[in-house]
This record gives sequence, structure tokens and C-alpha cells, in this order.
Amino acid sequence: MTDLGIIAAISIFTAGLTVSFGAIGPALGEGRAAATALSAIAQQPDASANISRTLFVSLAMIESTAIYCFVVSMILLFANPFWTAVIESAAATGG
Amino acid sequence: MELTPDTTVLFQVWEIPVNATIVNTWVVMALLTGVSMLTTRNLRPDVPPNRWRTMLEVIVQGIEGQIEEISRRKSHSLLYFVGTLFLFIFVSNLLMVVPGFAPPTASLSTTAALALSVLVAVPIFGITSRGLGGYFKTYLEPSAIMLPFNIIKEFSRGISLAIRLYGNIMSGAVIGAILLSVAPFFFPVLMEMLGLLTGLIQAYIFAILATVYISSATAEPNNSNKIKDIP
Repeated sequence: MTDLGIIAAISIFTAGLTVSFGAIGPALGEGRAAATALSAIAQQPDASANISRTLFVSLAMIESTAIYCFVVSMILLFANPFWTAVIESAAATGG
Repeated sequence: MELTPDTTVLFQVWEIPVNATIVNTWVVMALLTGVSMLTTRNLRPDVPPNRWRTMLEVIVQGIEGQIEEISRRKSHSLLYFVGTLFLFIFVSNLLMVVPGFAPPTASLSTTAALALSVLVAVPIFGITSRGLGGYFKTYLEPSAIMLPFNIIKEFSRGISLAIRLYGNIMSGAVIGAILLSVAPFFFPVLMEMLGLLTGLIQAYIFAILATVYISSATAEPNNSNKIKDIP
């Protein structure tokens, strides 16, 4: 396996792993947050405006961890620094 | 596939490349200032308000009400700063549906600049409200052991603000591009609509987090309101 092949294989594998693990945690967390907010709204319908606003903010903050993983996997797939470094060094040596 | 509009260079001014991010930022700024200036041109008591002026008043009063609800105080400087951030992010996210327009918030440089302005605004608001010593004393709370963690907290705030906005807006564009190659014509439209909702929520969250950070750094005005709330 060449250097480029090893880098490509590990990058693709790690990108999939990053997204899969990055999706598990926020999914569980968002489910818990939404369930708790729904039961709170069911108990106190008067406070639903306040609760849903806080719920939106907290959902977005929980989701940002998933977004970090997504950004990392996107960098691995489409803007991989090691890939470009190897290609540039290969071009410099004329290989 | 392009992850950021930074790479598309539109034209060059004296050999300085001007990319799509800069141009689109100026488009958004021109749109915001142009509409506001045209609307508030005849701002006199004897002129009856037209629909544009009513719309602007609704927007500004809505932002003011939200800020007052969250920070529990009236502050005009907070309204100017946070309202500007919200309107800029919201309009640039909304223009995502215009074909050929890459929103400037889909570039990490724009969001890092916005997060940096929040990071700089927090000490400025804190020092003007508490004084120099009073502000730096908040780093020693609850005890002096927490000083490094309080300093780390400031930077992690800025990084998370920047990456959150960038990742959300960029992921909308990337998912749209991926779905366009997998299931064209109908499904990408739904995801674009979801992207509009995400853009609105992200603008709201950016503004709310800026409000929370600034109002936690500034001093409480007086406790009379708090005591009134408790029955």
C-alpha cells in the first residue's frame, strides 16, 4: 500500500467513525432534553413559551457537539491536510 | 465540493484577491444599511408611519424584549451590539436560498470574526459596568484556584461560538450538495427549508449566547426587580 492509499483508507474510516460516535451522544442527549421539556410543558402549560425557548437554545447547544464531529469528518474527507502534503511532496520530487 | 466561499476568488483589486466571502458580506451590509436608511429617511413626528417603518419597529422591539427577558435589565448598548449581530447573521443565513449566493456565515473566517467581537465585547461591557478591578475580580470567583479555568472558559466560548455557526451553515450547504447527487429535485428542497429554520435558530442562539455572556460579566443593576418577582 502506498502512502496515499494508507492516508485515504484511514481518513475515510475515521470520518465514518467520527460521525457515528458523534451522532450517538447528541441523539441520546436531545431525546432526554425533549422528553423532559415535554413532560414539563404537560405539567405547566402556562410556562410553555418559556420552556420551548429554553429547549430550542439547549437543543442547539447539544447539537453543536454533533456539528463539531461533522466538521472534523468533512475536513478529513474534503480538505485533508495530510493528503495535500503528500501530493505536494510527490510533485516536488517529480514522482 | 467547496467547504467555504473563501476559495472562490471573484476579482482582484491591485493584486489583492477579493473572494466571495468579502463580496457577500458587503452585499449583506449594503442590504441592511440601505433598507434601514431608506426607511428612516423621513423620521419625523408629523409623517405617518408606513409599513416599512412598522416592520423595522416590530423587529427592533422584538429584539429589545428578548434581551430584556434574558438579561433582566434595560440596556441600549446591549441592544445595539446584539441586535446588529442577530440581524447580520439572520439576513446572511436567509440569503442562502438565493442561487449563486454563498452565505458569508458559511466561512470560518466570518464566524471567527463575529465570535472575536463577542470575546472583546465581554470585557468592555464588564469593565464599564463594574470598573477595572471589579471585572478582574470575577476571574477569582468562587476562589483563586478557578483562575486558569475561568481564562480557558473565555477562549472555549469563542471557539465554540465560531465553530457552531460555521458548522451548522456549512453542513446545510454540504448536505444539500450531497443529496442533489443522490436524490435530486425534491428532497434537497426540503433540506433547504430545514436549512432556513436552522439559520434562524442559529442566529437567535448566537445573539442569546452573546447576551448571556455579556450580562453575566456586567453587574446586576439593582435587586428591586428580583424581590418584586417573588410573591
